[in-house]
Amino acid sequence: MKQRPWLFLLPALLLVSISAFIPLITVMNYSQLTLLPGTEPYFSGLENFVAILEDEAFRAALGRQVIFSFLVLITEIPLGLGLAMAMPKEGPGVGLSLVLLGIPLLIPWNVVGIIWRVFTRSDIGVLPAAFDWFGYSYEISSSTFDAWWTVLAMDIWHWTPLVVLICYAGIQAIPEEYYMAAKIDRASPWKTFRYVTLPNLRGVLIIAVLLRLMDSFKIYAEPFVLTGGGPGSSTTFLSTYTSRMAIGGFQMGRGAATSLIYFFIVILISFVIYIVMLNLGQGAGGDQ
Amino acid sequence: MNKKYYLILFLVFILVPIYWMVNMSFKPNSEILNRLTLYPHEFTLANYKEILSSEFWRAGYINSILMASMNVVFVTIAALPAAYAFSRWDFRGDKHLFFWFLTNRMAPPAAFMVPFFILYSNLNLIDTYWAVALAHCLFNLPLAIWILEGFMSGIPKEIDEMAFIDGHSFPSFCWNIFLPLIKPGIAVTAFLTFMFSWVELLLARTLTNEAAQPITVTLTRSLGAGGWDWGVLAAAGVIAMIPGAIIVYLVRDLLATGFSMGRV
Repeated sequence: MKQRPWLFLLPALLLVSISAFIPLITVMNYSQLTLLPGTEPYFSGLENFVAILEDEAFRAALGRQVIFSFLVLITEIPLGLGLAMAMPKEGPGVGLSLVLLGIPLLIPWNVVGIIWRVFTRSDIGVLPAAFDWFGYSYEISSSTFDAWWTVLAMDIWHWTPLVVLICYAGIQAIPEEYYMAAKIDRASPWKTFRYVTLPNLRGVLIIAVLLRLMDSFKIYAEPFVLTGGGPGSSTTFLSTYTSRMAIGGFQMGRGAATSLIYFFIVILISFVIYIVMLNLGQGAGGDQ
Repeated sequence: MNKKYYLILFLVFILVPIYWMVNMSFKPNSEILNRLTLYPHEFTLANYKEILSSEFWRAGYINSILMASMNVVFVTIAALPAAYAFSRWDFRGDKHLFFWFLTNRMAPPAAFMVPFFILYSNLNLIDTYWAVALAHCLFNLPLAIWILEGFMSGIPKEIDEMAFIDGHSFPSFCWNIFLPLIKPGIAVTAFLTFMFSWVELLLARTLTNEAAQPITVTLTRSLGAGGWDWGVLAAAGVIAMIPGAIIVYLVRDLLATGFSMGRV
């Protein structure tokens, strides 16, 4: 009977081994080799890692990535939570809102890029024309500022619905009695939010923050289609950098090393945020 | 009631860029390039005709649906027993294993591109549905286990025990009692799994050439091909959006119950 859990886990473990574990081992192997076309691969230890960490372009991409993910989290989480609280709890409005919110999530990522590209291009887009009307000259292909906030707006457009759905699920699960009690105590809306809604949403908020963090760190197709990483390399994020290293460059070992550093950073940041969020809730009188 | 306006404002924000693309898909290129019109003045279906009459686009479309469905099947079959094990039993290393599963969700596909290519080349799976459907398990399986475990933990263990006392065998208990109870959870999981597989580009592009190329890849390749046929591109975008919209619409009730179980 002791083996029973493992029997249940077997299909998942098999699937993970071909979809994650074996590839990961391969990456680790490559990362320590110098693989130049036409020569025998030879072991070079940590050389690739050092070279990547010293690469100016890598540091710049990492810096942009951290800033981007930070901006994504501080806008999408409060916005999504607020929208989830504004969702109707029953009636025909629920289905309609869910369907509308679900649409951006099911659009292929490069199509998201295309939608925003045709929306913002200066020759065929309506957004530049609208800004022009207000007297602001919008130039996504030459202004770093415009490119940045457009990529951010696109991500908010694309992913806030996921935060809304997750928070909505959490809000639905809070017993109505809690709010009744708050009402009887004449708690202000802010106090009700702070001491009833927020603590009960801790679990789902952790999920929402972690998912958005992991996924925003992996962003690739949307900015790639929208801006191509430019102007210059101002919207080149870690994934774009890594895939260039892995396919474009001749040095597969470098690509592998970049991948490992990248993976390690994502796990590290996710882990830190996870621990911080767990402790935050506890200190602030959250139950559960 | 100003809360409602906040929601409506956001829904409008979602719809505006989509409307612009839909609007564009019904225009001839001459109208797209020469003037900004808020609705098509020279209404045309030519862009759609071009796509739907081309074998190339149609195949990509079908490939996408098949791959994402295969991925949902693989993930669900593997995740259900795994989630059951995590939610019902304590065993040595369960917490560590759970977190390890979860770290796979954090793996950036860009990091796995080359090893995937090599592994699946050796298995002779490149340019088949299998390659993409299996590769997408990388990020979908951890998510599925995570969500299903949440749903299953929400169902009291006593239900299992009662069923066994009533003489149900394990398979009969699963089929007749347990699965119906977590049906909304399975719906949410299948929805998210399909979604993440349907929309992924990087791995799908690396692992397919022509025969199994999904619609996302067809789109990028024609995008890169130079000829900026905006009308056709917009129409293709609209067509790539439709299955998603249909799915959300079909499962909206299940999703509403699934989400209201509060266990995502």
